[in-house]
Amino acid sequence: MAGNILVFVERRGGQIKRPSLESIGAARGLAGTLGGSLDALALGPGAGDCAGELAGYGVERLYCVEDPAVEMYAPEAYAACVAEAAKSSQATVLLLPATVMGKDVAARAAARLGTACASDLVEIEVKQDGTLSGKRPVYSGQAFARVSIPKARPAMATLRPNVFSAGEAEEGRQAEVISLPLPLAPEQIRVRTVEIKKAAEEELDVSEASIVVAGGRGLKDPENFSLVRELAQALGGAVGASRAVVDVGWIEHAHQVGQTGKVVSPTLYIACGISGAIQHLAGMSSSKVIVAINKDPEAPIFGVADYGIVGDLLEIVPAMTRAVKEQNG
Amino acid sequence: MKILVGIKHVPDTETKIKIGADGVAIDQAAVSKWVISPYDEYALEQALLLREAAGEGEVVLVCAGRQVAQQTLRQALAMGADRAVFIQDDRFDLADGLTRAKAVAAVAREEEPELALFGKYGVGTDEVQTGPMVAELLDWPHVSAVSKLDLDVGKFTAEHGIEGAVEVLKGSLPAVITCEKGLNEPRYPSLKGIMQAKKKPIATKQPSDVGIEDAELGADKMLVWESLELPPERGGGKLIDGEPEGAARELVRLLHEEAKVI
Repeated sequence: MAGNILVFVERRGGQIKRPSLESIGAARGLAGTLGGSLDALALGPGAGDCAGELAGYGVERLYCVEDPAVEMYAPEAYAACVAEAAKSSQATVLLLPATVMGKDVAARAAARLGTACASDLVEIEVKQDGTLSGKRPVYSGQAFARVSIPKARPAMATLRPNVFSAGEAEEGRQAEVISLPLPLAPEQIRVRTVEIKKAAEEELDVSEASIVVAGGRGLKDPENFSLVRELAQALGGAVGASRAVVDVGWIEHAHQVGQTGKVVSPTLYIACGISGAIQHLAGMSSSKVIVAINKDPEAPIFGVADYGIVGDLLEIVPAMTRAVKEQNG
Repeated sequence: MKILVGIKHVPDTETKIKIGADGVAIDQAAVSKWVISPYDEYALEQALLLREAAGEGEVVLVCAGRQVAQQTLRQALAMGADRAVFIQDDRFDLADGLTRAKAVAAVAREEEPELALFGKYGVGTDEVQTGPMVAELLDWPHVSAVSKLDLDVGKFTAEHGIEGAVEVLKGSLPAVITCEKGLNEPRYPSLKGIMQAKKKPIATKQPSDVGIEDAELGADKMLVWESLELPPERGGGKLIDGEPEGAARELVRLLHEEAKVI
């Protein structure tokens, strides 16, 4: 029997978030084995308008709940919508991006469906019978666990952002739009988002960026974070930080990479003046290319780096910024 | 106000992990120190602050884990919690999230707290599931990874970080809240606290006492850990020598031409 695969699409401010497209990209690779339909779920007013864009990435049926109650994040309502769509689409596999929202919805929806969810996968496979297996980083990235969901259905997983490819969108494809009513009564929605506070400066988030330039104690002075920012800006990347500098208040917690911070898997991670404590490595060791700049040649960060410079980052980082700008013309 | 706080017993985050003989779990003997999962400390601290501010109330811990997790519960009691409920089974370590959540939810039903606090995830297995799952099982609202929490009579306002912004949510009690760094500064246990903790009650239960069937932790486990492997060795990286300007230029060239990432 053919199995369908359903992907939860995270929309914020009417925009589809990139990790959702990556999850659809991964699902597209699995749909062949399952032999069924590739379905997606989008929530909020105007969700149905995403059909064209999602079809380009391979979505065949788009389920949507366009009730204003799900315009902004409401944990109970979102989980109920996901569970309802999974039933309607008869999904054997249900995927969500491992974003803040995706992880949260996944856990609650799994409980609602009485099934299991493999969290934060960096590799995924399915068998024809819907058995899902995959690889996930555990113990601060010190090990990878291979996990599987042999019987529970739908088999659920969240997929780590920046790991799977969304693929290229194809023009001219169409997806069938299926509207679902809000699957719970308004009084059953007992928690709702009332406000979203944007950062004063619109900054790229470390967990979403494909390039991260991060600063640590080696910067010596909070003022010197400007050097990190300038390099990040020249590269079109985000600014990260070690726990040490967040704890002393040089930069906000939102920038912290590592345990008690964010886990990132960018294409390029440049660690400036970060020694590489095990808790920091937890957050970035799955980056594709790692660059370390540190004055201490014994710093553990060099143990995971693909490229390194031993020296004074206060000279090296601005020189890199100049070189990048020249290269960009 | 009665507050339930979930506690997970995990290897200290400094621990160098070794893979156990079965190739599936970590080598327990190679872990020199076990601790309260760091995010659970924010949950516990918040509960203690709320009890102190109210001048009344009770902070009850709940933990599902192996026998030695009792030591971690004692640490949490030493920080100031009143008592603990401990569901003991070695197999909880690699149980699926929903089975663990069912055990905790059963304790919550019995205790009837007004608020249940958890860490945003248990470090180590990093699944990020228990809090939201418990909330769904109890049919309570929840907010995850909260860095600011205000309570009022029967309701709450919570803030949590999302990608590039902060989301503010309002909800009603009872509720589940999972806690993020920044919510508070967890206290260290005082000597007095450590002494008192020795006499505080820990009610030990078996999985069957909280409605967990043996097969749910064994043959019928929904999520199976097949194996544990070490990450591929990194390193063997290229060190670039020379004066700063030249080295920086060479690095940028390599990132562009060799690694092709910029």
